Amino acid sequence: MKTEELLIAGFGGQGVLSMGKILAYAGVMQGKEVAWMPSYGPEMRGGTANVTVMISDAPIDSPVVTHFDTVIVLNQQSLDKFENAVKPGGRLFYDSNGLKTLPTRKDINIYHIPATEKAAELGTTKVFNIMVLGGYLKIVPVVSVEFVEQGLYKSLPERAHKLIPLNIEAFHNGASIVEVIQELQ
Amino acid sequence: MSKEIKLLKGNEAIAEAAIRCGCDAYFGYPITPQSEIIEYLAAEDPYNKRTGMLVLQAESEVAAINMVYGAACTGKKAMTSSSSPGMSLKQEGISYLAGAELPCLIVNVARGGPGLGTIQPSQADYFQTVKGGGHGDYNMIVLAPYTVQEQYDFVKLGFDLAFKYTNPVMILSDGAIGQMMEKVTLSEQLPRETPDHEWTAKGKPTNRERHYITSLYLQSEVMEQKNLQLQAKYSEIRANEVRYEEIQTEDADYLLVAYGISARIARKVVQLARAEGIKVGILRPITLWPFPSARLKELAQQVKGMLTIEMSAGQMIEDVRLAVEGAVPVKHYGRMGGIIATPTEVFINFKKLFIE
Repeated sequence: MKTEELLIAGFGGQGVLSMGKILAYAGVMQGKEVAWMPSYGPEMRGGTANVTVMISDAPIDSPVVTHFDTVIVLNQQSLDKFENAVKPGGRLFYDSNGLKTLPTRKDINIYHIPATEKAAELGTTKVFNIMVLGGYLKIVPVVSVEFVEQGLYKSLPERAHKLIPLNIEAFHNGASIVEVIQELQ
Repeated sequence: MSKEIKLLKGNEAIAEAAIRCGCDAYFGYPITPQSEIIEYLAAEDPYNKRTGMLVLQAESEVAAINMVYGAACTGKKAMTSSSSPGMSLKQEGISYLAGAELPCLIVNVARGGPGLGTIQPSQADYFQTVKGGGHGDYNMIVLAPYTVQEQYDFVKLGFDLAFKYTNPVMILSDGAIGQMMEKVTLSEQLPRETPDHEWTAKGKPTNRERHYITSLYLQSEVMEQKNLQLQAKYSEIRANEVRYEEIQTEDADYLLVAYGISARIARKVVQLARAEGIKVGILRPITLWPFPSARLKELAQQVKGMLTIEMSAGQMIEDVRLAVEGAVPVKHYGRMGGIIATPTEVFINFKKLFIE
């Protein structure tokens, strides 16, 4: 596998940074090279947050890039800001909840993960981000599911370990709800 | 035994490395983007739970650097860390440490300035760090990590060099390396021990002269002798401790010179350039002082031009120009105010400056 350059963007408090962290941990468990680079502005709950995650078989050169293989957007601002940051032929994932407009590019693959709706339906809004992760990894299997589980153990504090089965369930739910909106030939 | 690998933030790597290399004391004061250093140390609580290493949040940056001075006088491995505005506050103490020839480790996870600036990463503290931010003729050994692993490794290296030359050592990092997470291969826990150095303050026995640690020499002749002795030491460091990494320089027609996060960007620029048939290589100074001037002078005979990539208005470029003595054009590209130039952006500007 070549390097997967991924950007996840959304509201602070949506679990954007921790979703990236779980993915990075999973990559480490699987013996990959990883880099996790947060935007660390003076952000707070409700503000915007984004994180770059790179997973590769080779050492990672620049953790800063202009265009990404995959972009996951979880609010309108992030869609507006980062739709053009997807490489041609790359992938854009979004959750339509709260979006006023939808992605318009024709030269990329587009996927919808209705995670907010599904999480609300199941009464598990706290694991919304893991649902998104499940949807993403269904389409882009950069790390195996077993390592995501290990990643959860590594990145969650011990007191939260009792919630891991709930997270795993959310992960599989995410994988089952991801929809293809547009796939290039 | 299998290697112990951990996913750590650059700042956490510094803290873990300090505990593992047997550091005796950390004195600090929080400031973004390096607060995870003291946060991690406080959470680990090495004083009670690991090695007995003291972790203390001082009342200010000035207090912290002077606590380092005090601890260093006793031969202990002491360190402090801060970010740019805090590092300005420490300059008086650093000059005193250098003057008194005390070993210690100082970490600057730099952010944008001048003034209170921004919390985003920057490399605009180069002049302050390598040209003597405090007063007087002194130098610090300056290590510039560009991975989280180096951030970890340079803590032990920094202490080793500090004690070898009884001189302050600085790790000049930046907010990007401090905040990002990468894999780190951890080293064995080393014992926390205080070797019996000749020079330390250890009471006033009757069988020898007391050890008087000072940077005050009121007689000019004595002060000059002290300066000459310091300069001799700095010459020895220049001769022995220059460290750098070369990437694809063998056939390079152009050279990028960059350190810290900018050197990571440079690695991608090399790929972009070579994909277009332009042979670009990198010289990455690992020690910013002493500077790899001799190697740059040699490379100036090979390449057509050099580009420094710095997150500043161009500071290290002055040392590159001094090194190459006008043999080739040396240009600068960089962003300021906490913005990290992307590889694409650097490459476009490289082509504007050298190719088009």
